[in-house]
Amino acid sequence: MNLALPVLVPVLPALGAAATLATGKRAPGFARPLAILPVAASAVLALVVALQLGTGHSLDAATRLTPTGGPDVSLALHLDGFSSLISVLVGLVATCVQVYSTAYLKDDPRYPSYAALVSLFTAAMFLVVYSGDLIVLLVGWEIMGICSYFLIGHHWETADARSASLKAFLVTKLGDIPFLFGIFLLGTDAKSFRITDVLTAAADGRLGHPTLIALLLLAGVAGKSAQFPLHTWLPDAMAGPTPVSALIHAATMVAAGIYLVARLLPVFLLSGAALVVLSVMAAVTMVGSALCALAQDDLKRVLAYSTVGQLGYMAGALASGDRDAAVFHLVSHGAFKALLFLTAGVVIHAAHTNSISAMSRMPGLRKRVPDAYWTLAIGLAALIGLPPFSGFFSKEAVLGAAEHAANGEALTNGLGPASAVPSAAGWIVLISASATALLTAAYATRLWLVAFHGPSAAPATAEGVPYSPEIDEADPAQAEPHAMRWPLWVLAVPTMGFGIAGLRSNWLPALLDGGSLRPSAATAVIGTGLALAGVLISYAAWRSATARAAAVTWPAAADRVPEQAGPPAVETIPADPGRILLGPLFRPAQHGFFVDRLYSAAFVGPTVAAARLVRFLDREVVETYVRGAGTAPRMLGWVVRRAQNGNAQAYLSALLAGVVLLTVLVAVGT
Amino acid sequence: MITSLLASAGPLTPAARSFLSPTGVEIVFLLVGIAVLGSAVIAVTTKQLVHAALWLVVALGGLAVEFLLLTAEFVAWVQVLIYLGSVVVLVLFGLMLTKAPIGRSPDADSGNRWVALAVALAAAGTLVTLVVDAFRTSWIDLGGGGGSAAMTGQSLFRHWVLPFEALSVLLLAALVGAIVLSRTKDERPPKPRPGKLRTGKPVGLSSVPASTTPPQES
Amino acid sequence: MHLVYPAVLAALLFSIGVYGVLARRNTVLVLMSVELMLNAVNLNLVAFDAWLRDALHAGQALTLFTITVAAAEIGLGLAIVLLVFRTRGTADIDRLTALGDPSEDAEDAEADTVLKGQAVA
Repeated sequence: MNLALPVLVPVLPALGAAATLATGKRAPGFARPLAILPVAASAVLALVVALQLGTGHSLDAATRLTPTGGPDVSLALHLDGFSSLISVLVGLVATCVQVYSTAYLKDDPRYPSYAALVSLFTAAMFLVVYSGDLIVLLVGWEIMGICSYFLIGHHWETADARSASLKAFLVTKLGDIPFLFGIFLLGTDAKSFRITDVLTAAADGRLGHPTLIALLLLAGVAGKSAQFPLHTWLPDAMAGPTPVSALIHAATMVAAGIYLVARLLPVFLLSGAALVVLSVMAAVTMVGSALCALAQDDLKRVLAYSTVGQLGYMAGALASGDRDAAVFHLVSHGAFKALLFLTAGVVIHAAHTNSISAMSRMPGLRKRVPDAYWTLAIGLAALIGLPPFSGFFSKEAVLGAAEHAANGEALTNGLGPASAVPSAAGWIVLISASATALLTAAYATRLWLVAFHGPSAAPATAEGVPYSPEIDEADPAQAEPHAMRWPLWVLAVPTMGFGIAGLRSNWLPALLDGGSLRPSAATAVIGTGLALAGVLISYAAWRSATARAAAVTWPAAADRVPEQAGPPAVETIPADPGRILLGPLFRPAQHGFFVDRLYSAAFVGPTVAAARLVRFLDREVVETYVRGAGTAPRMLGWVVRRAQNGNAQAYLSALLAGVVLLTVLVAVGT
Repeated sequence: MITSLLASAGPLTPAARSFLSPTGVEIVFLLVGIAVLGSAVIAVTTKQLVHAALWLVVALGGLAVEFLLLTAEFVAWVQVLIYLGSVVVLVLFGLMLTKAPIGRSPDADSGNRWVALAVALAAAGTLVTLVVDAFRTSWIDLGGGGGSAAMTGQSLFRHWVLPFEALSVLLLAALVGAIVLSRTKDERPPKPRPGKLRTGKPVGLSSVPASTTPPQES
Repeated sequence: MHLVYPAVLAALLFSIGVYGVLARRNTVLVLMSVELMLNAVNLNLVAFDAWLRDALHAGQALTLFTITVAAAEIGLGLAIVLLVFRTRGTADIDRLTALGDPSEDAEDAEADTVLKGQAVA
């Protein structure tokens, strides 16, 4: 197989990014072709590479990049079913997002830099996926981080975007430092940074500290994939433009952590403790984020919390030892979450607000954006896991993996013994995943009902001053351009068909490790039943809430319309099933269970205090010495100047006194 | 001749050179010396500027007597002539020309008088200590005639002619310098008459109008 | 006669002259004190001449020279004092500080000009 093709896949978008940056100011007309074409070409090339590689094969190529004295760093390529699958997903989503962005950010003066960063990000993601060397992978990993930072801060005029980008950067870096040490430890133990060598070493049992390595790597994964202790940056990252959220914070970058664990799963299988930690992390993340999503009013924040939750599913599958299920869910989630975000972009663009409660008061929003209405329904159905959408199959695969792990017969597919996975991890994942299935169905239903099915009796109140934190560049008055509509349907195809197509002809398991991904009867019944229950409960709550709101408080709500200009957090949703379902939990859930406040009290506060102390020491203590160094000569000079007063008698007095003194000294001395 | 008188009055070689049994010359010298010191102190401390100059006369005159007691007769007369006769007169002129106030002036001493006092006392202490320590036992044998006009003239014109002549040049230079310094400058330049440009010929005295302000002082 | 008497008298006279030079405000009086110091030197010269019984009478000759130089000095000094008095309007030695550090005087002068400017305005 020609090596040039896989090499070109990450190189093309990087060159496109450089060209876009170089020509962006002088020739803005080239920005759009330069943004779309390299990414699209990479997507096609990734598909070609995947087809050429075929199923069941893998390809390794390496050239030594630099001798380090320790394990060498090599520019290595590793292609297998996982990388093929994910690279095709990345190419597809990136192309759709680039096309979508041309319309979404049509009049943005910073579009060239935006497009260049998206291209660069795509290149970095390809690099991470294709890399066969941990250090090279780390390079791509960090480039993604910095691109994410810049893209979240795209609207840097707003304080939200600035603080969100800083927060994302700091929190992910917090995870990246242990991650770096984990890689070093791994490379030292395995005497190589090549992933294949590392895996061979893991299989031979040559790794000295598997638990430590796994925990250090998990910190980086938690940061990148927004798992529980480090998840707080992702909801705030929605301050970035919606296509960025679709590409980076839903479909691809956050999946990089999952992908890395999948690649290094044999290492994790050596440590049961790490798997239990991963499962607990995943469980807390899933349930907590689903509860938060149920209370959010901002459409994009709902989707962000659902992303966190779905990443928890993938982490749960990995904790159960089944990387096929994790990657399966990663790909299907990547497709439908990108679809959901792009749809959300269209809806936000049309409604000119992020708040679903404000949307609920807009009559005819459904007819205004029919494409978005239907594709949102498809995406949410996939998210809930209704058959026959792709989310159903992948979620059932996760549940099945958890069930097997709980029974002590984990589906490790030959990566390690089934007994390597503690059954406790399986149980934790199984229970939390089932609960999350219920909650996911509830919040997805709530989102769809509240946003599009507001009370039909509602008066036309959307003409106030709508609130939107997003600075929309496209004109909301006219219908969305085609560039914003057809990517939805392109992404809707895999959302609907990926699961069936992948399992029907059995090519997907063959592409991966070969384990069965078909849903088992028990989990399918339980999962679907819970999902349907969630939908029904949410619908019932919505009905009662709507009835109550319509009967009692509607006039008051109508009077409150001018207040819509305020941020949605202070606004009460007239017919919110989440409020009924969550009860007293609603407020904590709305604020992310105050994790942010806890962090700011536990970490930010002391850091700021320490900084203040340092500033005090610098200003008051160090500066005193500096000032003293200036003041002492000045005082000395003042004294000397005072002596030079022009009074001849004073000079003479000093002179004679000196003479007398000298005389006395000489007389006494001799 | 006074020297010879005084020399004949006191014993030429005293039996015991003790401080406790002073000779007559020594007693006179001490008394006159006390008078000199007292008048000098008054001269440098009095608040009346003109009185200071007059007390200076007393001090310098006393010194002339001391010169006589030390058998330097010619020097004593020169002292009287030059100091009492000219220097003090010059000082008095200076005081008057600088419009020194007649009577007590409260600011006769400058601000650093305490520093001056300390320095002077220290200097006096040091000098006296040193001098007494060095010349405690030295005895001046006041032989006759060492300082008479004849002897001084001989040595002056026999051995010190060249410095003497040089000194005369110095005096001349000082004279010229003093005149140049104290001359009142004519502050108004002569106006050239219109139409009559005298080129090549320096402006003579005749061009200065007769009504030029005369020198204000002297 | 003991040499100590004239020597001590000369030392004390010299110190009195030092005090006068350092403490007097009027420049003419300062010159006067200088004369006192010179006379102390003269006294020393004469006393040591008598003590050493110098054949050349160097001490007395030098005394005469000193007296002459002192006369010249006081003449020139008074001329300078007169000149200073004419240009500056004062003969107080502690107000003749043109050689001193000028900053404070300059500030005073500036303040004066500013005040004058304001007064004129």
